[in-house]
Amino acid sequence: MSDSILVRAGRPYGQEPVDIVIEGDRIAAIAEVGTATADRVLDAQGCVVLPGLVDLHTHLREPGREHAETIESGSQAAALGGFTCVHAMANTSPVADTAGVVEQVWRRGIECGLVDVRPVGAVTVGLEGRQLAELGAMASSAAAVRVFSDDGLCVHDPLLMRRALEYVKAFDGVVAQHAQDPRLTEGAQMNESELSGRLGLAGWPAVAEESIIARDVLLAAHTGSRLHVCHVSTAGSVEVIRWAKSRGMPVTAEATPHHLLLTEELVSTFDPVYKVNPPLRRRADVEALRAAVLDGTIDIIATDHAPHPREDKDCEWAAAAMGMLGWRPPWASPRRW
Amino acid sequence: MIGRHLLSAQDLTSADAVRILDTAGELATVTDRSVKKLPTLRGRTVVTLFFEDSTRTRISFELAAKRLSADVINFAAKGSSLSKGESLKDTALTLEAMGADAVIIRHGASGAPYRLANAGWIQGSVINAGDGTHEHPTQALLDAFTLRNHLRAGSGDLAGARVAIVGDILHSRVARSNVALLRTLGAQVTVVAPPTLLPYGVHTWPCDVSYDIDDVLPHVDAVMMLRVQAERMAGSYFPNELEYSRRYGLDSRRMALMPDEAIVLHPGPMNRGVEISAEVADSPRAVVVEQVTNGVHVRMAVLYLLLGGRPEELMVEGADR
Repeated sequence: MSDSILVRAGRPYGQEPVDIVIEGDRIAAIAEVGTATADRVLDAQGCVVLPGLVDLHTHLREPGREHAETIESGSQAAALGGFTCVHAMANTSPVADTAGVVEQVWRRGIECGLVDVRPVGAVTVGLEGRQLAELGAMASSAAAVRVFSDDGLCVHDPLLMRRALEYVKAFDGVVAQHAQDPRLTEGAQMNESELSGRLGLAGWPAVAEESIIARDVLLAAHTGSRLHVCHVSTAGSVEVIRWAKSRGMPVTAEATPHHLLLTEELVSTFDPVYKVNPPLRRRADVEALRAAVLDGTIDIIATDHAPHPREDKDCEWAAAAMGMLGWRPPWASPRRW
Repeated sequence: MIGRHLLSAQDLTSADAVRILDTAGELATVTDRSVKKLPTLRGRTVVTLFFEDSTRTRISFELAAKRLSADVINFAAKGSSLSKGESLKDTALTLEAMGADAVIIRHGASGAPYRLANAGWIQGSVINAGDGTHEHPTQALLDAFTLRNHLRAGSGDLAGARVAIVGDILHSRVARSNVALLRTLGAQVTVVAPPTLLPYGVHTWPCDVSYDIDDVLPHVDAVMMLRVQAERMAGSYFPNELEYSRRYGLDSRRMALMPDEAIVLHPGPMNRGVEISAEVADSPRAVVVEQVTNGVHVRMAVLYLLLGGRPEELMVEGADR
């Protein structure tokens, strides 16, 4: 009975308060409040008790951009936010497009020992969209990669996307698409809207996301492969995904806290803390995303935690990096630097 | 009165704008004298901070500040942080350390003057001298001043004046500021362009929209022709320069469609033979050179009002007391 922990009077999933006794890595007892004892007591009165959160979409920046984030600092932030497992996107330097790099990320996560760090493998070599990366080698590496994504960039070539979707079936993988038509978003700085027209910022039109998602759900249906759509941000995307699911197409989708909470109006401050990709959208998009979470069209809330060094945000809008912080805790507004 | 900064034409009320134009009118009278200098801003430091080349706008501001006796520093920031030069923040901190009372900024990034004014880097006034494809408020003020002189005998607002703005509205900070300001002053504005060069959501702007210049010209008191940048062709905004000129250029034939008293404006520099023919540019109806002169007066007025000049000083004769 050594080292047991009592979580007192917390509300599991927001239900009635109970005492929860944890021994080692197991829940040993769930009891009426005031009836349990343990070596250590954690007062959880007024708190909701949840299982460890899993973040399907994060950027831990290591290797290559350790001045922005490291696997260690990211693990700490994630643990503080209640996460026990985070998926680290592949747009590092070098890119996580080989078994060597994904194993390095995976091992570093174990060394840090705070959360499970699951590397996401790149779909294409160097994220360049020209040639498939060694998906099989990453899948059978010690890191056992199952999620593949060029996130940050779209797998734009339809044939390459088709091949990736087909290929990962051999090891039950899933391709997570960053849906952004590159030609329709050249130089884009914010959501294309009445506001972008007034502010004179190059627009990122909703159609650039929706057209890729429409293509990809059809490809997924045609190939019988699993598609995951990253950071869905528009009402139109929700409609496409809802339609695809109603047809039984094998698609899952995620939305970020910032796309569920914030709107493009914040861009009129020109404060780059609000610069993110995909961009903050209109109120109607936020409402459609919330409805989609409630009805299950969007399966997952993922943060797209994307840290940058201070100087990359403390500048003019066009020069600033895209990305928001997602943790500590994820449901609060993104923090200022 | 207008606040500490001049960032956007949209921030100006009609009363603000009329006050600036009236002040510009008074300053124009004063500087018609043989000694063109006023002591108003003596001891104040005004910085022109230009991240983009724009000789005409810079010297206009420089002259305006010097005629008010300010110390003027021209800071040509070659290459912004976009091109890995010194960051906007460090430049701003440097100017602050040197005690700049006003910073006049021209920058290729929309919103850069807002960062300069609001990020807490500097204390002084910020004047937007053109930011990306966003705004150019002093250009709109000098255009309004020019229009008022011709259409309203140099006083009041522009109620009922009909103004067409023709050309690359999408990428034009001049158009954005003018639509806002002219509307505030009561003018009826029509923007004219091929659909590819109109911003998304232009139907929500306080102006009419047309694709056909010939439809619009018979019903205007003034037309403002915008410069067409050569690089727009690479973006497939229109097939080629010739077709653009044919469909949207102002030549003698088209100018004849306009009412006899209607005038032609251009913010410069002009592409003769593209958006405006040489005959039109050199005709008496083109007030392009006048716009340049008015630019100095309007910028004097803005500096004067932002930096807290006192009205009685306008009455002072000559250079020094």
